[in-house]
Amino acid sequence: MKHVQKLMAVALMCTAAAFAPVTAQAETPPDTLIQAWAIDDVISLDPAEVFEFTASEVLGNSYQGLIGYNVKDVSEIFGVVAEKWEVSEDGKTFTFTIRPGMKFASGNPITAEDAVYSLQRAIKLDKSPAFILTQFGFSADNVDAMIRKTSDMTFEFEMDKPYAPTLVLYCLTATVGFIVDSELVKSNEVDGDFGYDWLKTNYAGSGAFTIRDWRANEAIVLERNDNYSGDAAPMARAIYRHIPETATQRLLLEQGDIDIARNVGAEEITALSENPDIVVESGVKGSIYYLGLNQKNENLAKPQVRQAMKYLVDYATISDTIMKGKVIPHQAFLPRGFLGALEETPFSLNVEKAKELLAEAGLPDGFTVTMDTRNTPEITAMGQAIQQTMAMAGIKMELIPGDGQQTLTKYRARNHDIYIGRWGPDYQDPHTNADTFARNPDNSDDAASKPLAWRNAWDIPEMTLKADAAILEGDAKKRAQMYIDLQTEHQQTSPFVIMFQEIEVLARRKNVEGFVVGPSFNDNSFKAVTK
Amino acid sequence: MSATSAFAEGRSRALPAFLGKAVRLLATIAVTIFGLLVVTFLIGRVVPVDPVLAVVGDRASQSTYDKAFVELGLDRPLYVQFGLYVEKAVTGDFGESLLTKKPIINDIARAFPATLELATVAILIGTLFGIPVGVWAAVRQGKLVDQVVRIVGLMGYSAPIFWLGLLGLLVFYAKWGIVAGPGRIDISYEYAFTPTTGLFLLDTAMQGQWGAFRNVVSHIALPASLLGYFSMAYIARMTRSFMLNELAQEYIVTARVKGVAEWRIIWVHALRNAAVPLVTVVTLSYASLLEGSVLTETVFAWPGLGQYLTNSLQNADMNAVLGGTLLIGIIFVGLNLLSDFLYTVLDPRVRRRA
Repeated sequence: MKHVQKLMAVALMCTAAAFAPVTAQAETPPDTLIQAWAIDDVISLDPAEVFEFTASEVLGNSYQGLIGYNVKDVSEIFGVVAEKWEVSEDGKTFTFTIRPGMKFASGNPITAEDAVYSLQRAIKLDKSPAFILTQFGFSADNVDAMIRKTSDMTFEFEMDKPYAPTLVLYCLTATVGFIVDSELVKSNEVDGDFGYDWLKTNYAGSGAFTIRDWRANEAIVLERNDNYSGDAAPMARAIYRHIPETATQRLLLEQGDIDIARNVGAEEITALSENPDIVVESGVKGSIYYLGLNQKNENLAKPQVRQAMKYLVDYATISDTIMKGKVIPHQAFLPRGFLGALEETPFSLNVEKAKELLAEAGLPDGFTVTMDTRNTPEITAMGQAIQQTMAMAGIKMELIPGDGQQTLTKYRARNHDIYIGRWGPDYQDPHTNADTFARNPDNSDDAASKPLAWRNAWDIPEMTLKADAAILEGDAKKRAQMYIDLQTEHQQTSPFVIMFQEIEVLARRKNVEGFVVGPSFNDNSFKAVTK
Repeated sequence: MSATSAFAEGRSRALPAFLGKAVRLLATIAVTIFGLLVVTFLIGRVVPVDPVLAVVGDRASQSTYDKAFVELGLDRPLYVQFGLYVEKAVTGDFGESLLTKKPIINDIARAFPATLELATVAILIGTLFGIPVGVWAAVRQGKLVDQVVRIVGLMGYSAPIFWLGLLGLLVFYAKWGIVAGPGRIDISYEYAFTPTTGLFLLDTAMQGQWGAFRNVVSHIALPASLLGYFSMAYIARMTRSFMLNELAQEYIVTARVKGVAEWRIIWVHALRNAAVPLVTVVTLSYASLLEGSVLTETVFAWPGLGQYLTNSLQNADMNAVLGGTLLIGIIFVGLNLLSDFLYTVLDPRVRRRA
């Protein structure tokens, strides 16, 4: 028996030894910004391909586009790589002049050659975000003629129609329009792939930071770009660590092992706001949460039913409790901060009104319907809250949980009844959401384009024409009014119950200042962060 | 000494039999792995998830979508897709991950060492503690020690590892600061060494980076102890029941009558016989640790196989899922072989039958 005890003692000592040699490092290095974020959405670092939140933000801090806007007031548009631009009389051709004296991180000068190459490259590669550029009538076949260099520092951008200048300029602020170092990229070209294989994991930009390293599901490391034309970033390094779990992020932040926690849930917000070392910050993002009511379902196709459902969501309670600090009520398809956004919220929970409408539709006892619910905590909680309020008017809603790709596959095949979704705009112009919520050029099953209106089988030839007209309106004020009118009609008649606009929340150590939360992810900036 | 010579003798006599057995074994492995491939491939194609979405995202134009659909070979008949897959898999090419756009083999080569390191430390902890504790509990059957072991073991079984992990972090990392936080290593040590094997403990030790080594130790201590605790609970329980079984045998009574020292009866006579089934228990625990524990890896931000596979599965990245499943299958088959081999070392009866 003594032997057993001896053995146990040895084992215990071994454990003690394993735990002992620890030096807890309480602070991050002073010249390095360390953020914790779930970065598993990153699939590429190539501006022609990037379309995900995390990678967009990384590119926003490491590349530059021709055009930028003030993140506080997006109507203020200015040139970045472009010094100035002119629009031809027929409104179809933009002539851009490149700002002189700018350099890429490699030291190569930025010229019109780089801008033309970058735009042509994105169109020819035709990856996910390419439509932001190709919607102006470009294709792999015509782009060499339509986007052309006219001198070392100028180039022309000729479109098939006189699109609204605001639309064109906003689209050029998207990551797909970022300028790549053509000399560097060309030197890494293999079999005419425009350096695609190489740029996926490498860097050829001119922004405040350079991308040094990306390890999928581990970390992204950026370093200060000494050739940057703007003010040099105070931080020498910026690191994203992949921390999928929000509670873990909170612990790391409280210990001082990270500077900013990027994923904070409603619970963490409450807990962290009481900590004197930590500041919780937020900014409105462009994403909106909505219900899509499939018009192939005969009950949901009745106008009164659609209207009734808009009265059966408890907007106030959801945004004050389960989604506290993460959303604000919003009921139009253009999020706040966009040109022409409609901020009125005519709907609130009104069971009586909804019952009247259902009776009018010939369904006084309600009906049974299903809702496909992505199994994230937030969507599930919202779905359950909506299920309860719907039941008050006799609508028996069955929730079908599924993972993201699964519910999305079903939604895209129009096999759902109701889909609860989140939609983020693709670029800063109102057309991005009008295009999907208020346009449906072809409602047939094999339509070429499948916007959200199509996915819900909402046939709207007239509204489609109105949305089309808005992209050709040259006057920004008139154009904004067109979108307000469009949303006012859409708000009442559409099969979309638009509920909330997302707020992005982050928690930072008190000494970490200067992080900018912009309207879209590529506007989030740590160029000026100090600590 | 006697065991080795007996083994050598047995081997020379049974060489042709051994060859026959090896061929049979190889055939079994091939069939197992082929079956694994078929099943995972079919599941991957049957689930109502569109793999093209994982590649192009939700917003892509129809033409972009169609292009990716063809690039993935999804327009071909199912059996052609499978044939192509097997053909490549045999040469070690599992295709590219849809998500990371890197060859699967590279992805796994990066994720697997993290899991291997964690699992190995955990199984060492589990075995080193589990066996003595189990023996002790068996010897003191029904006494206080036995009850304590049972309660601690039951807690290990029933507490969700996710919760236990967070609690561990809260206490040992946040409150007391005696271990490092989530992740494999601190950022400041990240570039202090070159990860040649991917096993950070080994890499840092071989390169003499002792500061980094200590940091790695303090990072791995908590998750490994936690996983170790779980396997310990299992191993201790099994050890206890095997030992009870052995201690009730007549040869133990005989030994006691002959006056053999009690420690010798327990540690040499009984444990040696209990060791045979224990080998299976330990290797299976090890194998299940090597699959990667998704929850532990998530809580501790451990970039291992579990996280990689779950993420791939959720995004319908079937190439990655198939590659990972195959790897796990091979691990299981390999560890089974190992335990078979250990059987023959430990148990002369098995040896003779072979």
